[in-house]
Amino acid sequence: MTPMTEEQTNLTIDNPKMSARDVKVFYGEKQAIKGVSIDVGMDHVTAFIGPSGCGKSTFLRTLNRMNDTVASARVEGEITLDGENIYAPSMDVVQLRARVGMVFQKPNPFPKSIYENIAYGPRIHGLAASKADMDVIVEKSLRRAGLWDEVKDRLHDSGTALSGGQQQRLCIGRAIAVEPEVILMDEPCSALDPIATAKIEELIHELRGRYAIVIVTHNMQQAARVSQRTAFFHLGDLVEYGVTSDIFTNPRQERTKDYITGRYG
Amino acid sequence: MAEHTIKAFDEEIDRLRGLIAEMGGRAEAAIENAMLALQRQDKTLAARVVADDKRIDAIEAEVEKLVIQVIALRAPMANDLRDVIAALKIVSVVERIGDYAKNIAKRVPLIATNTRTLEPIALLPSMGQVAGEMVHDALNAFAARDADLALAVIERDTVVDDFYNSVFRTLVTFMVENPKTISECAHLLFVAKNIERIGDHATNVAEMVYYAATGQTLPERERGADLQPED
Repeated sequence: MTPMTEEQTNLTIDNPKMSARDVKVFYGEKQAIKGVSIDVGMDHVTAFIGPSGCGKSTFLRTLNRMNDTVASARVEGEITLDGENIYAPSMDVVQLRARVGMVFQKPNPFPKSIYENIAYGPRIHGLAASKADMDVIVEKSLRRAGLWDEVKDRLHDSGTALSGGQQQRLCIGRAIAVEPEVILMDEPCSALDPIATAKIEELIHELRGRYAIVIVTHNMQQAARVSQRTAFFHLGDLVEYGVTSDIFTNPRQERTKDYITGRYG
Repeated sequence: MAEHTIKAFDEEIDRLRGLIAEMGGRAEAAIENAMLALQRQDKTLAARVVADDKRIDAIEAEVEKLVIQVIALRAPMANDLRDVIAALKIVSVVERIGDYAKNIAKRVPLIATNTRTLEPIALLPSMGQVAGEMVHDALNAFAARDADLALAVIERDTVVDDFYNSVFRTLVTFMVENPKTISECAHLLFVAKNIERIGDHATNVAEMVYYAATGQTLPERERGADLQPED
């Protein structure tokens, strides 16, 4: 096996949007993340893959401080957004989560109208001065989420009445509405059928470049399809991080190879 | 190598490798028998080489079908992906090797009954042997995923190329001195060219084996000396 260079484990990139350095996460005494360093950029979609319990979701959640809501969780190391430490006491967490949005595994629209689902965030962040402003934000967000044509005639129907795939695109639209810089997606398609999945994947492709996108997925084919950088996590370690096509054709690490070829455990 | 969680995937890969091993063995035998038939003027053996080529063609078709099935159903990744892609390319090359051996066999009845009068024919068996060994080793390298053995095959290609240049010159000289043998010697030239192509193809197989084993493609290599125009 070719020895791995620093560059292959720790692919640093020019102008990273977010950088993690030696990040460790503990749940009580148990260490879930064992010193992970990684850069995430605007120009490509980054996929986190790995078996259940490998720490990929835990690590994703450190990127917008979602682990703050878990009482036993403790984060060490440094994570920066545009060079600014997001764990600094001066960091406004509400503001951080607007800049670093999140989409979850199960679509979770608010039990409100489609319009209100999108308008809620911009309203609390004071992004719209008038109803007309808000209408523009709602339309723009729904268009970017690829949902506008399907819902424009029923904006005041409940968001929960939509199909699963539409609900997930609504949640992406809701994240987009507050003009984030980074979008974190935690298994966004695992509750969706293949057609709805394809629509989300196409949407991810369209959103690339406008936002830094990080997606956690169990589906390796999905990581291969949507991402340009892939990070493989195993037992709390970042085992390998590289260009997606390299990871899937010629991984450097035995553990990565065993996992992606279906030889794991 | 560790087994796949899905056992049927391992069975398909094993079958694929088994078919390629059989195909390689048959191509190697075809080269050896075609050269024997040529030396001994054994038309029966030559006819058998021609007939046996059908099985080589059939294996190629079988491997193609299996590779398409594996790609469609298993979505192979990493070394598995490289293995099946290499398998697909290797069988089309080995099929060509079989064709060259068949072509040599087809020329046997067209070459003079008394080969003792054709001195240059004495050079061909050694050339055929080197090419045959290259095929053998290239396929062994695939079976063992042995990148070093693949590199050794590639290095040997210049031996076959140099052999060819030497046979070419010998035959041309011989033809000038023995114009009555031109027809036979022309066939022998084609035999030499076929062996030279077999060496090139064995090299191609070795390059794919190297890729499958390492994930790296080889840089452009040096080749044997080009044929120089006669003064």
